[in-house]
Amino acid sequence: MNIYKVIIQNSMKKKYSIFSLIKNAFSYHENWEKAWKDPEPKKEYDAVIVGGGGHGLATAYYLAKKHNMKNIAVVEKGWIGGGNTGRNTTIIRSNYLWDASAGLYDHALKIWEGLSQELNYNVMFSQRGVMNLAHNLQDVRDLKRRTHANRLNGIDAIYLNTEEVKKFCPIINTSPNIRYPVLGGTLQKRAGTARHDAVAWGYARGADEMGVDIIQNCEVKGIKRNGDSVAGIETTKGFIKTKKVGVVAAGHSSVIANMAGLRLPLESKPLQALVSEPVKPIIDTVVMSNAVHAYVSQSDKGELVIGAGTDDYVSYSQKGSHDIVEGTLNAILELYPIFSRMRMLRQWGGIVDICPDASPIISKTTISGLYFNCGWGTGGFKATPGSGDLFAHTIANDEPHKINAAFNLNRFVSGELVDEHGAAAVAH
Amino acid sequence: MFLIDCPYCGEREQSEFKAGGEAHIVRPKQPTELSDDEWAEYLFMRKNIKGIQFERWIHIHGCRKWFNVARDTSNDVIKVVYKMGEKPPTI
Repeated sequence: MNIYKVIIQNSMKKKYSIFSLIKNAFSYHENWEKAWKDPEPKKEYDAVIVGGGGHGLATAYYLAKKHNMKNIAVVEKGWIGGGNTGRNTTIIRSNYLWDASAGLYDHALKIWEGLSQELNYNVMFSQRGVMNLAHNLQDVRDLKRRTHANRLNGIDAIYLNTEEVKKFCPIINTSPNIRYPVLGGTLQKRAGTARHDAVAWGYARGADEMGVDIIQNCEVKGIKRNGDSVAGIETTKGFIKTKKVGVVAAGHSSVIANMAGLRLPLESKPLQALVSEPVKPIIDTVVMSNAVHAYVSQSDKGELVIGAGTDDYVSYSQKGSHDIVEGTLNAILELYPIFSRMRMLRQWGGIVDICPDASPIISKTTISGLYFNCGWGTGGFKATPGSGDLFAHTIANDEPHKINAAFNLNRFVSGELVDEHGAAAVAH
Repeated sequence: MFLIDCPYCGEREQSEFKAGGEAHIVRPKQPTELSDDEWAEYLFMRKNIKGIQFERWIHIHGCRKWFNVARDTSNDVIKVVYKMGEKPPTI
């Protein structure tokens, strides 16, 4: 059995295809090879990524693929993709206001467009469009401004009036008599959704194939420093020596930073989402409303996927408050009266790390060899491929890529913030 | 969701309150003499503790008074509620 395992591990993974699907159907799909190994940590790596979510696995994938760093590991305290990667509402878009953000998120969107082919793993990327609604005069002005800004940055964006909104998504209540009537909206057609678990699994499989060790159930307990540089990490599976540590720990970023004696400008808060019972296709796009805080799409299984807002207090409990969900559902029902008798199946929370300017940090730190990719707050999933690519570049070269240069930690000292609060599709 | 024992009104639902973030961050006495690093520390850097955090809350839909809370952020259990101006308890 062990010899068999070694042979498998040292050979290229078999390509997923229609033929492998048919072949495996004859053995009742019981003989698929493992998508990734389950290794014990080595004593030393060239780099260790802390956090096995989509961003962390993507970072490892691009470190191996583009920067030829193959003696690396991803350590994950739970199971891969079990944190915010598996908890988000899977929305992907790049219609951000500021140039720096537009560059960052569109870099990701461009990778999404070819990701399934690149990974040989169907991430179910669906460019079904994302529509952002305006409910008051200021919304109309803001969204028009954003449409123009997007176009100047080469990002597809169109502004729709109320009739066009209704035509694009007929189930929306566009009556002028509701509390916050629909006055218009923007549409990014290249935007859409993807299967979030598949993104983690696809990157894990790709990274594993190139020799990356993906170590699950391995929690980081300390960061060992040698003066001003990193010497290694203490984990529940022992000490791992390494000169480069890339932390992609989302809600727990501050906890890890604290181990190295750093403070970050982050607050970790619960963000909730919920899904309904599955129904036949009723909404074939993603609709987000900032002013009333409601966003909804439909999964391929038929569930309505609804995102709620963050609670305003710091918490690591992965539980949010009921009134937040209630507020979101009130808004959903006003906008989509057709959903009034839908029943909700599941509700959950994730812990999101929010920056004061609602933009992420992909940056070096004052400690040599310690890098942070955090602060994605409520909207990190959409950036997964781009975030991994740029963080890998930053770690490999010890310099940020020009696309993530603005998203450094020092911006909180210099004052060059990338204030995306106004441009977030929903106000968290 | 949890209950908060307002020192002025008694136990109420958390939704009646608004969180005011980390407590005991003292405004600099001489703002003009602060370096950029010190400003960043004061304005933006937060402990963001997983464990017992000292934080401010306001009973926004009640008495509208501010007070301090020591809460375990890993499970939202409140340990102590104490008034503004009082020193943080040792827990």
